[in-house]
Amino acid sequence: MSTHEFHSAVVPPQGIWWSPAGKQEKTWIAIAFVWCLVLFAMMPFWHFKGGQNPSGIRYRVTPEAYEARVARFVQEYQVGEEGGMPMVAPPPGADVYLVGRQWQWYPALKLKKGVQYTLHLSSADVNHGFSLYPVNLNFQVIPGYDYGLRVVPNRSGDFRIICNEFCGIGHHLMVGKVLVED
Amino acid sequence: MSATLESLAQRFRRCPVTGLQVNRDSELLIQANAVVAVVAMLVGALAAIGLVLTRWQAVHLLPADQYYRYLTAHGLNMLIFWVIFFEMAVLYFAGPVVLGCRQPAPTLAWGAFALMVVGAGMVDWMVFTGNADVLFTSYPPLRAHPNYYLGVILFAVGALIAVSLFFASLVVAKKEKTYSGSVPLVTFGATTAAIIAVITLLHGAAVYIPTWLWSMDIGNIDPEVYRMVWWGLGHSSQQINVAAMVSVWYLLGGLTVGGVVLNEKVSRMAFVLYVLFISMASAHHLLVDPGMGSAWKIWNTSYAMYLAVLASMVHGFTVPAGIETGQRLRGYTNGLFEWLRKAPWSDPGFSGMWLSLVIFGFMGGITGVTLGTEQINIMAHNTLRVPGHFHTTVVGGTTLAFMAVTYYVLPLIFRKRVAFWGMARLQPFVFGGGIVAMALGMIFMGILGMPRRHWDSSFAGSPFPVELPPASELVQVLFGVGGLLAAVGALMFIAIAVVTVFFGKPVTEEAIKAGASGIPQGVLKLPAQVHTGEVAERQHREGVKGTVVLVAIFFVCFIVYYFTNWKMLSFLWKVG
Ligand code: HEM
Ligand SMILES: [Cu+2]
Ligand SMILES: [Cu+2]
Repeated sequence: MSTHEFHSAVVPPQGIWWSPAGKQEKTWIAIAFVWCLVLFAMMPFWHFKGGQNPSGIRYRVTPEAYEARVARFVQEYQVGEEGGMPMVAPPPGADVYLVGRQWQWYPALKLKKGVQYTLHLSSADVNHGFSLYPVNLNFQVIPGYDYGLRVVPNRSGDFRIICNEFCGIGHHLMVGKVLVED
Repeated sequence: MSATLESLAQRFRRCPVTGLQVNRDSELLIQANAVVAVVAMLVGALAAIGLVLTRWQAVHLLPADQYYRYLTAHGLNMLIFWVIFFEMAVLYFAGPVVLGCRQPAPTLAWGAFALMVVGAGMVDWMVFTGNADVLFTSYPPLRAHPNYYLGVILFAVGALIAVSLFFASLVVAKKEKTYSGSVPLVTFGATTAAIIAVITLLHGAAVYIPTWLWSMDIGNIDPEVYRMVWWGLGHSSQQINVAAMVSVWYLLGGLTVGGVVLNEKVSRMAFVLYVLFISMASAHHLLVDPGMGSAWKIWNTSYAMYLAVLASMVHGFTVPAGIETGQRLRGYTNGLFEWLRKAPWSDPGFSGMWLSLVIFGFMGGITGVTLGTEQINIMAHNTLRVPGHFHTTVVGGTTLAFMAVTYYVLPLIFRKRVAFWGMARLQPFVFGGGIVAMALGMIFMGILGMPRRHWDSSFAGSPFPVELPPASELVQVLFGVGGLLAAVGALMFIAIAVVTVFFGKPVTEEAIKAGASGIPQGVLKLPAQVHTGEVAERQHREGVKGTVVLVAIFFVCFIVYYFTNWKMLSFLWKVG
């Protein structure tokens, strides 16, 4: 076989095909490999230096226990009503309990800008998707799991929570509210 | 004994174009699987029209229940039935046909095919009678009729049998010495696809059997565990698609322009990388789930440091480089890009393959790696950016590659001249262009916060009004027009395939000699598949300048897109 025979991919290679790659290929593989390491390193790096991570505090919880926790949370901090939903204003640093159920986000929240809260998410029935609109912060909400995320609203405004996981025929009606004040 | 040998020999014909020994059983199996695949695509494409016209808020065609039902049907018929039936055809081709051996256990192969057809039929029946409005992911506690899960199980068992027969054909060919040397790269790639398919189908069994029992009130299913195992099936199967698609790229490169394998070792190692890390694939669907911690997410979403991405980046170089080399060997040696400009653009086998390569690489790959980054996923999960991404991988990439190879399967395996040849030459551009426009529309809608799988982008009837930015109407037009164009492209393909199969004129040696229409140029005159001597030496020294420029552009796009997303992320609320 001549040193540089070329054949197509339907031709069975004869003899030993384990031969060194050409220079251009080698260079590209090296560049691609380094790039892959960069892609990998960015994720741990962001845990140390970045402000947005999906780590959270994660527990198992039964839907009943979680609903009871939400009810207590509402009772403690309710300040009014909106759209037939209790409006709840927890103090800075508080644990906030939000539940997704077919088909509402309960309750409506009033938060302060620049303050940290621990926002707990869980579901009373099926999977739901927490999507803060128009910020575009998205988390999966799963029955049986409590996802506690430390959040700091960085601007004031009237935000929505859209459900972005299919949860049955009323899925598109499932819109909640978060009011952030200065 | 000699009588059986003789009857066996009669089941072979020698392909006048490729010189391959083609056995009748495999040929018929390829035909049957391909025909059912196209039927599934018809169902999926009709559903797609309903989906596009519903999500395009200016039209908002279907009522809510039907939108979700069509969405379920579209996901299943496209992603599962069209793609997997076609892959079965690819395996019957890459095994017994490429290796020139007999079809092992043809009766069993037909049994497998029957199981798959029955399974798919049951699934569609359940979906269209409203017994499975759970979308193709069927996340519990959403629940479908038990026959829905049973249908999926039957389909998967059939696929598993067909895949085992592919392995059997490797053994038979080796034992009966129907080829010399090592298996060709196309077969090697298909083998990795088949290995991944086995792993995938085992995940499938692990998730669908308990779920089927649960649907009959036997046992319990944890929703998070389900998501993890289900995506072990759902994403691994995408890796089958990638391996099969890359194999088809290599195949078409060779058939259309005499594209070559630059280095067998490099291409094969890249295929092996796909297999090694496959079970980790489910992680990037769970990046913002409460079930797993960050260390798990980072390690798994990156497939152990992005080695599968490395594999795709390697193929992304070697495939165009092989094509460039093939073209240069055929004399297109001027400048950087004569080989590309003078490529056979009016051959849908070539244009479809090239568009598939570009769409998959520049859009699918870059968006996929970016969205699959642990933190960036926070601003993309379940938004329309996600379907925007995968319509450029499994649709603009895999589906378009499969369409392109069909233009060679029709004359070579069905031995029919492609019908509506003028339309066929346009088809890859219509479909590819439509998918690109639709995907861009979806990506922009997703960046604006639009959820996927959502009937009403105006959120009317919800307790709190939602205001959309004015730009959203514009991107919806891009999405809607692109989607309709893609659907037209799909219907063109279906019409061409069906009319060719059932009413096509035969490919005869005279027709080939006369250069009759409906025969792609690679079939009219197969480019040389082996190059030796001085020309090869010179080409080896000169290298692939054009491809180097192309991958450099690709790399810059990748870096810019990736870091732009980190920048966007840094503007969000602090969360952790
Ligand atoms: C023929 C052109 C096609 C068009 C116009 C089209 C359009 C769409 C649209 C509008 C959606 C709904 C997005 C949403 O509302 O969330 C969708 C979903 C989807 N499409 Fe396609 N599509 C096409 C082809 C394909 C193909 C060929 C495949 C697979 C090989 C595919 C796989 C999917 C999947 C898996 C989903 C997600 C279903 C779900 O969320 O449950 N599509 N498509
Ligand atoms: Cu929901
Ligand atoms: Cu929902």
